[in-house]
Amino acid sequence: MEALIQQIFAGLATGGIYASVGLALVMIYQSTHHINFAQGEMAMFSTFIAWALLQAGWPYWGAFLATVAVSFAGGLAIQRIILKPVEKAPVLTNVIVFIGLLVIFNSLAGWIFDHTIKPFPSPFPKSSGAQLISPHDLGSIAVMLVVLVLLYAFLRFTSVGLAMRAAAQNPESARLVGIRVSWMLGLGWGLSAAIGAVAGMMVAPIVYLDPNMMGGILLYGFAAALLGGIDNPWGAVIGGFIVGVLENLLGAYVIGTELKLSVALVLIVTILTVRPNGLFGKTVVTRV
Amino acid sequence: MAPLLEVRGLEAFYGTTQALFGIDFELQEGGITALLGANGAGKTTTLRALSQAVRTRGTIRFGGTAIEGRATEDVVRMGVAHVPDGRGTFTALSVEENLRLGAYARRDKAGTAADMERMYQRFPRLKERRAQQAGTLSGGEQQMLAISRALMLKPRLLLLDEPSFGLAPLIVAEIFDILGEINREDGVSMLLVEQNAALALELAGHAYLLETGRIALSGPSEAIRRDEAVRKAYLGY
Repeated sequence: MEALIQQIFAGLATGGIYASVGLALVMIYQSTHHINFAQGEMAMFSTFIAWALLQAGWPYWGAFLATVAVSFAGGLAIQRIILKPVEKAPVLTNVIVFIGLLVIFNSLAGWIFDHTIKPFPSPFPKSSGAQLISPHDLGSIAVMLVVLVLLYAFLRFTSVGLAMRAAAQNPESARLVGIRVSWMLGLGWGLSAAIGAVAGMMVAPIVYLDPNMMGGILLYGFAAALLGGIDNPWGAVIGGFIVGVLENLLGAYVIGTELKLSVALVLIVTILTVRPNGLFGKTVVTRV
Repeated sequence: MAPLLEVRGLEAFYGTTQALFGIDFELQEGGITALLGANGAGKTTTLRALSQAVRTRGTIRFGGTAIEGRATEDVVRMGVAHVPDGRGTFTALSVEENLRLGAYARRDKAGTAADMERMYQRFPRLKERRAQQAGTLSGGEQQMLAISRALMLKPRLLLLDEPSFGLAPLIVAEIFDILGEINREDGVSMLLVEQNAALALELAGHAYLLETGRIALSGPSEAIRRDEAVRKAYLGY
């Protein structure tokens, strides 16, 4: 029984990571209807920035905040410089840009920081053994919840947040009230990169830091976003926790750890065939 | 007095398809001008051209400043509020959030709050439904919301695209009364696009008749109303 509870808690901790990666995907999907395949690699690159700052002797939380800020600026810059020119281009053009970004960030990280696997510190105390949940797991759940609350408050209570929601929902009409819609997309990219950075820094102590660290995690994040409904931020979060727990339990009791990643794939295929709008997504009916 | 809006040789394009073929018109400050015409005549396109939401050629001067080539957002910031066709409601947001968005381009917090109260006074039904999702409002309420949202900008010019569309006659009469009131009391100039010519000519002082992207006729509303061809084709008597 205790082992089961431990597995569930561990699942919630990784679920928190998937939730934030899913949330990052949703932030961009909502306003552009594109899935940013480079989301994972961007998060990985952010984590390397944090690592470099820590190596240079920065205190953990200083490096953490600086990394989030740099990632926000980086995400905004990527949208302004690389994606703005293809804003009106077909989906496939955007997909190719995303794949390009993925490859660029992956090789850039390998080139600058090399491919050896590096340990990444956790800001939380070491596990003392006989606990139901390790301090790092508990801490990363808490960090993700703080991110969520901040994001919710921003979208719900600030006028820029309101403008972002309006721009995602009805860009034409948003322009007619004077909202700079293209900048709102940039802001979405910045936020999404910042959320990804937090996820990367929280997962790196568990999976270790290397350029391919986020590959599998992006897949789980995608499954989380789909499960919750790809256009619903809160759905993505709940989806993330469900996927995390499911993956851990199936891995521990049913299919073994080697096949864990296929859980995400099976989930993605099942959702897309059975319930394409996810658990909390809305069905969009278009009249023609 | 120089007109508030002065349009010369305006052409508009959707991709390579031309929808307006060099139209000229003007609008006096404080006036209401109607654009009449059948479906596809270019009425909506004219409004979208003024908001720079379509590609245009020709000159548009608003308050003496050239508009052409600016971004839609910047035209809005100059004081041109557009109630688009289909009303442009942010359906998933609340009524109050829709109104707040209308004032997005404004910086005076106090004035915005006071204006929101005035909208609620003018349309008490919006006040009752202030926390409700805008998509759940009736058609008439959504039209009132669209007009209020546009007025929250404190515009000098209000572009209205078929405010009567799909509404019951009683509601239409109510909305047109209020539009007249807003024009008289707040001095907001209006450019009104309407299929319902009789209604539009009652409210507007001046009218232009569009036919396939060209101005076919223009003049004071009484003169247009008396015109034989207009009466037969658009007024039905």
